[in-house]
Amino acid sequence: MELIVNISSASCLLIGSFLCLSGGVGIMRLPDFYTRMHAVGVTDTLGAGMILIGLILQNPEGLVVIKLLLILVMTIFISPVASHALAKAAYRNDLVPLSDRNENKGGTESSNP
Amino acid sequence: MLIAATLAILVVMILAIIRGFVGPTLYDRILAVNMFGTKTVLLISLLGFVMGRPEFLDIAIVYALINFISIIGVLHFSDSAVFRHDPHDTGSTKKES
Repeated sequence: MELIVNISSASCLLIGSFLCLSGGVGIMRLPDFYTRMHAVGVTDTLGAGMILIGLILQNPEGLVVIKLLLILVMTIFISPVASHALAKAAYRNDLVPLSDRNENKGGTESSNP
Repeated sequence: MLIAATLAILVVMILAIIRGFVGPTLYDRILAVNMFGTKTVLLISLLGFVMGRPEFLDIAIVYALINFISIIGVLHFSDSAVFRHDPHDTGSTKKES
C-alpha cells in the first residue's frame, strides 16, 4: 500500500515538473504576449496542482494536508483571476495580438512583439 | 524525486526572471512576475519537505496572498496614463508625458 502511494506521489511530482519546465520553455520561446500567457496558465494551474497533490501524497496525515489543500485551493482560485485581469488590461490598452497584426498587414513578414 | 522537482522549479524561476528582464512590453514583465510568485510558493513548499520542516507551508500561504494582491494592484495602476502602453514603441514601456 505504501509502495503505491510512493509511486503515485513520484509520478505526480514528475508530471508537475515536466509541465512547469514546458511552461518555462514556452515563456522564453513563444512570440507574443498572449501566447506566453497561455504557457504561464498551464504551469499555474495544472503544474502547481500536480506538484501540490504529489506533496499531499508524500505525507497523508495531520495539519500539513490541510495547509497544502489551502494552498491548492488558493492557487486554483487566484491564478485564473490574475490571468483574466492581465489579459483584459493588456487588450484594453491596445496590445494587439500577433495574428491580427499579420492579417492587417497582409504580408508574411514576422512582426516583432 | 523531491530534489528533482526543486531543481526543475529553480530552472523555471530562472527562465521567468530572464523574461522579466528582457520582456518587450510592460505586460510581459507583469506576467513574468506572476509566474515567479507562483513558482516561489511551490519552491517554498518543496523546500519544506526536502529539509523536513513542514512549517514552511505557512510562509507559502503568505506568499500566495502577497502575489495575488501585488498583481491586482499593479494592474489597477496600469489604467493610469503613466503606465499606458504605446503599441508602436516596443522598446521602452514607459511613455514620457
